[in-house]
Amino acid sequence: MTTALNPRFTFETFVVGAANRLAVTAGRTVAENPGSAYNPLFIYSGSGLGKTHVLMAIGHAAKVLAAQLNIEYLTLDEYVEAFHAAIAAGQGDAFRRRFQNVDVLLVDDVQFLTNRKEMQAELLRLTEALQQSGHQIVLASDRPPAEIADLDERLISRFSGGLVVDIGVPDYETRVAILRRKAEERGSSFQPGVLETVAKTEYPNVRELMGGLNRLIAFQAVSDMPINEEAVRKVLGMPSAASPAAVSSTAASPTAASADEFSQFLSDVTVTVGKAVEAWRARVAEAVMRWEGEGYRTGRLSKLLDQETPAAVDEAITAYVQDVEKLKSLEAEVAVLDPQAAGDKVFRDPDRVAEAEATAAKIRDGAAPPPAPSGAFPLDSFVAGPSNDVALNAARDVIGKPGKKYNPLVIVGRSGLGKTHLLNAIGLELAKKKNAIVACLSTQQFVDELIAAIDGNRVDWWRARYRRASALLLDDIQLLAGKERTQEELFNLFNQFLDGDRQLIFTAPAHPNTLEGLEERIVSRLEGGLVAEISDPDKELRRNVLERVLDHQRVPKEPALLDYLADRPIDSVRSLTGIVQRVVEAAAAQDEPVTAGLARDVLEGAPAPRRTTGLRTSGIVVSSAGGVRSREKMVWDWPASSDRVIEDLR
Amino acid sequence: MSLVNFTTREITCKIVYYGPGRSGKTTNLHYVYGRVPETRRGRMVSLATQTDRTLFFDFLPIDLGQISGFSTRFQLYTVPGQVYYDATRRLVLQGADGVVFVGDSQARQLDENIESLQNLQSNLLEHGVDVRTMPLVMQYNKQDLPAELILTPAELDDALNFRSVPSFPADALHGRGVFETLKGISELVLKRLATGSPAS
Repeated sequence: MTTALNPRFTFETFVVGAANRLAVTAGRTVAENPGSAYNPLFIYSGSGLGKTHVLMAIGHAAKVLAAQLNIEYLTLDEYVEAFHAAIAAGQGDAFRRRFQNVDVLLVDDVQFLTNRKEMQAELLRLTEALQQSGHQIVLASDRPPAEIADLDERLISRFSGGLVVDIGVPDYETRVAILRRKAEERGSSFQPGVLETVAKTEYPNVRELMGGLNRLIAFQAVSDMPINEEAVRKVLGMPSAASPAAVSSTAASPTAASADEFSQFLSDVTVTVGKAVEAWRARVAEAVMRWEGEGYRTGRLSKLLDQETPAAVDEAITAYVQDVEKLKSLEAEVAVLDPQAAGDKVFRDPDRVAEAEATAAKIRDGAAPPPAPSGAFPLDSFVAGPSNDVALNAARDVIGKPGKKYNPLVIVGRSGLGKTHLLNAIGLELAKKKNAIVACLSTQQFVDELIAAIDGNRVDWWRARYRRASALLLDDIQLLAGKERTQEELFNLFNQFLDGDRQLIFTAPAHPNTLEGLEERIVSRLEGGLVAEISDPDKELRRNVLERVLDHQRVPKEPALLDYLADRPIDSVRSLTGIVQRVVEAAAAQDEPVTAGLARDVLEGAPAPRRTTGLRTSGIVVSSAGGVRSREKMVWDWPASSDRVIEDLR
Repeated sequence: MSLVNFTTREITCKIVYYGPGRSGKTTNLHYVYGRVPETRRGRMVSLATQTDRTLFFDFLPIDLGQISGFSTRFQLYTVPGQVYYDATRRLVLQGADGVVFVGDSQARQLDENIESLQNLQSNLLEHGVDVRTMPLVMQYNKQDLPAELILTPAELDDALNFRSVPSFPADALHGRGVFETLKGISELVLKRLATGSPAS
């Protein structure tokens, strides 16, 4: 007579949002303290918003907490039916006793009490009896008690005497969460943006939202390709966002029969190919396409296609899919902890599951280190000279006594003078120390990470990651301008690092107090350490750089060449390296040794002789005379070279 | 060029429209071109003389999208019909997966049809292909002309279709029979996927 509780309807499977939080909280409270918290609890909402789910969830939760409890769920109709049957059998008293012994009674669809006077009286009696004996009663209806037509005043006051809560229509975020959870429960995955598009539809209730999801799942199951946002609009009959994009051939095929000749032809060919391609090849190819579409590497499957008759194709596909599923769950887990790490391509290669597991384990342990300094900038390749010796000495001091001597150290100078090099070099040296965790990154990346963390609701995790660091090195601090939240976070980190004598190093194009858009409290802290300037390269530095670059290029270091190049008017090490590059390339193109004379020719006019071959021209000379002049005779899009036909003129 | 490439999961069908001059090969391609959605076709390359006679060849690539996991493309070519372009015809025929022989239904063109059919046979042989192994369909074009000028499909079958390959009456100018022909040749060509003997 009574309905068994649906095992799927628990609080764990109920997606909580602003619209239903009160009902869920009340439900949980009632389940934890049946009969004493809110009695009766009356839940009302429009159809399909989760009343039944919450009712059953209360039953499940109460059962978990106290297994001996007698819990009954039934709809009002079932109650009425049972009552009539009992009366007909002359068992009215037995019926009443039976329900009075229920510890938690869950009655659904109470709105059907309308025009049932005798049932209203019966329910009133039962409610009173249950309340008196300390048993819980929970009722659900599609409207509040006072709005149930023709309801006995005493019942209204009785129902309203406990707690009356409603469940509203879920907001967009809750709808997305519901869709994600349901899709996951059903083992379906969709391209990014698909579920969000569905959620944007104003469904009046969750049940219809589920209907939309079901349609998508069904459609995707028969479709060649994972459906995209545009296809979603089509499937759900939503207005198109853009002009209808190309839909996959299968998506189009249902309508093809009645459409034009080409569609008819296409559907015929589809049938023919379907018959002709060996079934296993089609299965493999479809799997390849599906997973490629989702961004997974499919080399393992593609190899199957190269074979004539591979054994155990389905097993191979299944194993592949299992690996993908494994990667997906690892990626999802990692995405929660570290959204950026989740983008690692190891999570997209089913041949590297073990590696992905190791990566995930590392992140799970919270050991995911913040971005480290780049190995491309070792300290010994930083060229010293009078113009940067202050900064370099400060760097050496910082490396010797991190956090103690200059904290923070701010390296300022124009672009191309080696600030980033020096920053990373210090980072590399600091990282060599025992237990050191050096965070070294661009300010832009720092900002991006924070945004991702806010987006993923993981700001605490993000903070913790940097707080663990023994040194924080940020390149291009001027990019903080206008980023209030990042400045706030940096300010807090700043204080913690200073308090803990942990080193902070920054680079900036100019003195911090001249940078715009930085908060005063940040500027004063930056100025409070050492601001070490790197100025335009002096001659000694230039010579040192030149020697190094020429060595690297295996060019003999003639004194005349060194003198000439060192005297060139340049403003940064980067541009010096650039002109050396130009000279060396020109020499190679002309097949001549690199000399001061040649450098002069290259850099001061006297253009290097043009050659028809070499790096800079394609070698194709287009004649303007002759050839086909008429537009109609021109071939604008040639077929692939393998298909090209060359006329044999006779 | 093979019909199917399993590594790249591509099916590429090269179909050549063959036949005597002025039989309507280019007209076939033009009609197809007009019916294929823009997103699915490449630019039709046509090299024609002032009087619209095909000088070199026409080329129309069609992308049919993903079919059974294979990205499927058709390449439709025509050959120049005039006798003196035999070298071009031979080159276009190279690597064909299927041939549509477009015959002119006019009674006075029967000899040209026969000559062109023989030319097809000999050109295929030049590529080492026996015409009996090449997927081939016949199209009897210009069936819209007055009955006294043309031969019926049955008469043309008797005269030309000694291999009893599928044949289609057509009026390419107005589109009748064009897609039927294309479908006919496609089926023959794609059946080869199953037998695993790629045309080359």
